[in-house]
Amino acid sequence: MNHLPQAWGRPRDDIYGHYDPSHLQTAGPNAHTQQPIVTGTSVLAVKFKDGIVIAADNLASYGSLARFTHVHRLRPFNDRALVGFGGDISDMQYLDRLLNSLDVNENYGSPGHVLNAQNLHTYLSKVMYKRRSDMNPLWNSMLVVGLDGDDKPFLSSVDLLGTTFSSPTLATGFGGHLAQPLLRKLADDESQVKDVTREKAVAAVQECMKVLFYRDARSLDSYSIAVITKEGGVELKEDEQLEGQSWAFADTIRGYGTQVN
Amino acid sequence: MTSIGTGYDLQNSVFSPDGRNFQVEYAVKAVENGGTCIGIRCKNGIILATEKIITSKLLRPGANRRIATVDRNIGVVSAGLVPDGRHFVSRARDEASSWRSTYKAPIPVKALAGRLGSYVQAYTLYSSVRPFGITAIVGGWDTDAETKVDGQVGIGPAVGSGGKVDGAKKGGPGLYMIEPSGLYWGYYGAATGKGRQAAKAELEKLDLSSGTLELEAGVMEAARIIYVAHEDSKDKDFELEMSWVSSVDGPTKGRHEQVPSSLLEEAERRAKKAMEGEDEETGSGEGEKMEE
Repeated sequence: MNHLPQAWGRPRDDIYGHYDPSHLQTAGPNAHTQQPIVTGTSVLAVKFKDGIVIAADNLASYGSLARFTHVHRLRPFNDRALVGFGGDISDMQYLDRLLNSLDVNENYGSPGHVLNAQNLHTYLSKVMYKRRSDMNPLWNSMLVVGLDGDDKPFLSSVDLLGTTFSSPTLATGFGGHLAQPLLRKLADDESQVKDVTREKAVAAVQECMKVLFYRDARSLDSYSIAVITKEGGVELKEDEQLEGQSWAFADTIRGYGTQVN
Repeated sequence: MTSIGTGYDLQNSVFSPDGRNFQVEYAVKAVENGGTCIGIRCKNGIILATEKIITSKLLRPGANRRIATVDRNIGVVSAGLVPDGRHFVSRARDEASSWRSTYKAPIPVKALAGRLGSYVQAYTLYSSVRPFGITAIVGGWDTDAETKVDGQVGIGPAVGSGGKVDGAKKGGPGLYMIEPSGLYWGYYGAATGKGRQAAKAELEKLDLSSGTLELEAGVMEAARIIYVAHEDSKDKDFELEMSWVSSVDGPTKGRHEQVPSSLLEEAERRAKKAMEGEDEETGSGEGEKMEE
């Protein structure tokens, strides 16, 4: 018997010969992710004067089926950072647990030090790039929001290839086509952020969530929204309902579905 | 010691004819020379405190902390060989993380104490290893609040079975002490290290089993007890290090943290004052005796 715990309880090499470690392996090839299965759609975020607003609906689709309707895709990291997930839900769950263990381990170091949103974004982008380089990507596009090292609002995206992009307004998935142009009306570049109030930013995001619910067939009218500021930390509301919907325009649409003319 | 010369103390895991493992007993000796450590189980949390002997004036005050965090809600402090303590903490963190990857929830203090007890005990079984030269106090708060499992996506069914038992009591404070033999017990108040006898005597006066001591009052008591326990090694300088864990609605929000410096200073100030008061009392007592 030796002092290596992994040798305890195993047959002794000097008597029974070397233990064949292939017995511990299962046969068959490694399978990598080919496509996402259960998916979440767009995530939207806007910077304002002293914080960030982020929103995502509570739907997880299985193909075109609206399968799970209470899925919260805004995952708080700590009181100064949050990640909004689009794409594969099981990969989101994996990343959420990974970030949770990162937070626990980070706490083992010097007390009082916390990871900010910028640190988190860098970390996530490295994880995503590593996985795509292994030809085994995590099928997500994410918005990382929160406060950076100078307590300034931070907003940046990472996708399944490890690509990062930063802008005062960002949207993933279908929102990149539908919501992004609308949000740019609020703040087209960084210099305009100082004129955006919290109220204006929240209203714009809510309006975009409504537009997305009208036009994105993989969306839902129940959504989560979070506001992150230095003073208030992460204020997350997870069961919001879209208000003031009007489907009057639907009557005027012709050429789809079951209408004759 | 009776063991000397008998040969039964030369190898770990070997019994002497009267049923003792001398190597484990020597490890206990190492602990008995370590800085005093205490743990107090209060009504709404746990307090850990240690007397950190300053071995050199060149060490930065406040650095080289002796109380470590495991997961978010558990603290570990140990008396004895410092490197053994570090390894013990590292194992505790591995156990906590492995528990999380299996059960997707933080490890209960009781389960962690059990795992660590087994680990320490394994080091009494083999001739190729030596026992841990530490006695560790493990204290934490298992949350009693409704919490999601790690990475929870969505919610369970609104009606029907959800795996929940209504009115089941869960969570609360947990305090355990693990000895070099692997023996561990749960305590209301635990003490180990050089000043353990004095500390135990003070802890017994607190009526901890009634579960009425408030956390803030416990901090004051813990500081005082460490100062009392230090009386016998007064020639050595020491730093008081203290940490606490409360429930989610308490001051630490369910996390194991250092006691804030303002509160720590207040506790030290009161502890010093109490010590001075005691000196005066004993002084006057002696005076009376002289008169008689």
